[in-house]
Amino acid sequence: MAVLEDVTSPPAAGLRPRGASRREKWQRRLPLLPALVYTIVVTQVPFLVTLWYSFQSYFWNEPGGAHWTGVSNYKEVFTDPSFRSALVRSVTMTAIAVVVAMILGVLLALLLDKKFLGRGVVRTLIITPFLIMPAAASLIWSGPMLDPSFGLLNWLLEPFGVHHVAWLTTHAYGSVIVVMIWQWTPFMTLIILAGLQGQAADVLEAAKVDGANAWATFRELTLPHLRPYIELGILLGSIYLVTAFDQVKLMTNGGPGTSTTTLPFYLYQKVNFAFDIGGAAAAGVITVILTIIVASFALRMFARVFQFEEAR
Amino acid sequence: MTAVAQAPAPAPRRASRRVREMTGQAGWTVLGWAVGIAFFIPVLWMVITAFKPESAAETWPPQFAFSPTLSEFRLVFSGMGPFIEHSAIATVGSTILVLVLALPAAYALSIHPVAGWRDSLFFFISTKMLPVVAAIGPLYVIALKAHLLDNIWLLIILYAAMNLPLAIWMIRSFMLEVPGEMLEAARLDGAGRIREIVEVIMPVVSPGLVSTALICVIFAWNELFLALNLTVTNASTMPMFLISSVPQEGLYIAHLSAAATVASVPVIIVGWIAQRSLVRGLSMGAIK
Repeated sequence: MAVLEDVTSPPAAGLRPRGASRREKWQRRLPLLPALVYTIVVTQVPFLVTLWYSFQSYFWNEPGGAHWTGVSNYKEVFTDPSFRSALVRSVTMTAIAVVVAMILGVLLALLLDKKFLGRGVVRTLIITPFLIMPAAASLIWSGPMLDPSFGLLNWLLEPFGVHHVAWLTTHAYGSVIVVMIWQWTPFMTLIILAGLQGQAADVLEAAKVDGANAWATFRELTLPHLRPYIELGILLGSIYLVTAFDQVKLMTNGGPGTSTTTLPFYLYQKVNFAFDIGGAAAAGVITVILTIIVASFALRMFARVFQFEEAR
Repeated sequence: MTAVAQAPAPAPRRASRRVREMTGQAGWTVLGWAVGIAFFIPVLWMVITAFKPESAAETWPPQFAFSPTLSEFRLVFSGMGPFIEHSAIATVGSTILVLVLALPAAYALSIHPVAGWRDSLFFFISTKMLPVVAAIGPLYVIALKAHLLDNIWLLIILYAAMNLPLAIWMIRSFMLEVPGEMLEAARLDGAGRIREIVEVIMPVVSPGLVSTALICVIFAWNELFLALNLTVTNASTMPMFLISSVPQEGLYIAHLSAAATVASVPVIIVGWIAQRSLVRGLSMGAIK
């Protein structure tokens, strides 16, 4: 039976540290140290360097290297309207994609929870979009699927009065989100399906005997049961989608204009085309600060989700 | 509608329920397949297009009847050599590094837990929330100064850091499944740490290690952002090969589809095999 596992519960009694000697404490710590040191060095040091460069003027295509400029990079970033709009766009795109993927995920999971012929095959078909390389998905959507003159989607929609729409120029924002949703719905489906299969069958049977209709059963029993799974899906989907880069780079290249420029793409451009390490670093620091604010809520949510069993 | 309302006539009720169940199942079958195929269409279209000659790939209306050819696949296979090699090295190398680091760490957070194990666990996930994109400029400079730019080791190191939190959480959740009595029995038997690990823990955990490795492979194989920013030719990977298969001019859709198919198939197969453990890995071990 699939249940949210209480991963933060203390491990088996009798194995806990009790008045351990200094030497024993280090013996316990030793196996953890390589991973801890590795993670600190590889993931935290670049951020410290980012902080340093955010106060430097440094264009890597120009000779002379970096020199101190104080907060001018920050002033520049704060007054740059394209940074602000990239930030807002990242948040709205992620929110729309995650919420829609979650709604579809719940519906598909309810469908896959029914018994029907070939259910395993259908589940396999549905999860495939999640497995396909995001770069491949982006290029396949922008070419064979969405091309205005030969794309399959226009052909499929022709009976409905849609004629040769240039999706990536007229509906760029929506097209990028659709591909994100297409790739992330399967993930939500799998998480919710795990939740559904952990629901006690006798409770549902009892509700049926009591004469509850399907919608009431879903609203009163299933949905509350699924809540931690939904929270987990939203949390993880947001973590991955807010840094999504491939779709933007390969489908629209941030355009037309800057209409699909998200934060990752903005930073990519600043480094690769404006050669502005200092400016990118300042934008990065602001991003990190905002992320920390959001992440502290997210971590609390994580803690709650993982203590779900304890809380009941 | 409800069972209660029809209670006085038990025999016909059972029969009508069976009929209803069967028609219901047929309905769900049709709906299920329709949705499944709808989701799969872009993948299917990619594979179909890959077998087209270039001239049949960009037509209106789209062609469904054509004489399939392997010529685009041949072209892809002849060009992808170094890219697939780099991808394989970065993927396998980073996955091995992840397992080597994660296995002892997970042990120290579950079987013989350190004092602050809860904080350590949350530290590891918190690194997944800091967007690496924010540090991409400085990362470029660090790589440049360390002479690691366009070097496959750089990708191995970064991909390992990217997958390590996932792996630690996941392997830890597998280790928590080792029954306490088994550990106790081994200890009473006089087994040391090494024997405990080899004889008690590994047999329980090893299927989980395989699924952890598969998930690390999926993420490393599919990664584009770091590869695009930090490699040029000596370490460029399959996603970069895909991008290079889109030329500035001329027909390329069949070629692109063949390249996308070849690049995606290894992970799709791995994912189909690891379907069940996929969720567990992505949810960092939160769901059994």
